[in-house]
Amino acid sequence: MLRIAVASGKGGTGKTTLAVNLAALLADQGHGVRLLDADVEEPDCHLFLHPHDESSAPVDVLIPVVDDARCTACRVCADVCAFNAITVIGSSVLVFPELCHSCGACPLLCPESALHEESRTTGQVRRGTVDRPGASFELVTGVLTVGEAKPVPVTKAVRAAGEREGADVVLVDAPPGTSCPVIESVRGADLVVLVTEPTPFGLNDLRLAVEMVRALGLRAVVAINRAGVGDDRTLRYCEEEGLEVVLELPDDRRIAEAYSRGELLVDALPELRQLFESMWRRIVNAVTAQEVRP
Amino acid sequence: MKVAITTQDNDIDALVDPRFGRAAWFIIVDPESEEWTAVDNRANADAGGGAGVQAGTIVADQGVGAVITGNVGPNAHRTLAAAGVSVYQAGNGVTAREALRRYKAQELPVVTTPTVAGHWS
Repeated sequence: MLRIAVASGKGGTGKTTLAVNLAALLADQGHGVRLLDADVEEPDCHLFLHPHDESSAPVDVLIPVVDDARCTACRVCADVCAFNAITVIGSSVLVFPELCHSCGACPLLCPESALHEESRTTGQVRRGTVDRPGASFELVTGVLTVGEAKPVPVTKAVRAAGEREGADVVLVDAPPGTSCPVIESVRGADLVVLVTEPTPFGLNDLRLAVEMVRALGLRAVVAINRAGVGDDRTLRYCEEEGLEVVLELPDDRRIAEAYSRGELLVDALPELRQLFESMWRRIVNAVTAQEVRP
Repeated sequence: MKVAITTQDNDIDALVDPRFGRAAWFIIVDPESEEWTAVDNRANADAGGGAGVQAGTIVADQGVGAVITGNVGPNAHRTLAAAGVSVYQAGNGVTAREALRRYKAQELPVVTTPTVAGHWS
């Protein structure tokens, strides 16, 4: 199974555009592809892919609940909590579920066994089928409940769904940025495709994303969207850093129009298919080269 | 009963820090004698999350009956309410000493709900 993550430092560079078109192309080529929408705070792959027969499973996290009759207000729980999610005021314990990271330390260490854990639903994982002419593939979508603060448990559930049998290529559409949910999305990927645009903002955030990917011990390649705008600093940076550019998607009004109608580029502008085909060959080559490296 | 005032420096003549959880210092002052001490909150000011909870716990442990600050978020508000600590707003650009004078003159508005939304990291 090949695991490819699509990420970017900057938002709005075209991660989803790249992911949905690549997924469709691979399905058309006969690959058993599964697309994971791990941008759980604003999943949008479904807008382009219209999955049907969706099922939904809740994502639960565990939070501590205090038994006031047993609690002696000793503060062990508050002291061990790295996130200030539990505190002791006078003789009562206060729990802040939105701050809790469900590490389990406080119930484990409570000397009076006055804490137990209860589950709390913070999101959903949806699985649906996307039809292509003569083929179909699975779209797995993580959805963080509106108002919830921590996406990572939902991201983890999405990734776990990706590990199931039945796919030879798993594509992950990561959220933007370089924070915890991004790291969780790209973890375990054979290659990370960093999407950027050739502008100063795009380059700045690309540098951050490259640093993140390298800190995780992963390998990155770059896809440039809206190629032709801005300047050549992004290309120069990629050359200096030894980052292969696997796609240059031109800055073309027809692409923006197709996108705004919710259409796939590989369908609306078939002449672009060869760009995605070429990108895929480069991705496979990059992964293979990595595997034979001593 | 003692009062905690959020400040930008460790002095009663420092400006009130408009943030509660991430205030640099707390001036703990006895309104009668005006004797004060400073409690360092700078470590907590850099907390990844839950600064309001931690700050609320710190001032509650000081045994204060009131906090004078700028804004309190939902977690700080809940923590202070559990401790029975009243919250007053000092307004912009005043020193802790001036805020204390206005508090004693009962000129400061009392806060009964969170004044800002949570800052989720």
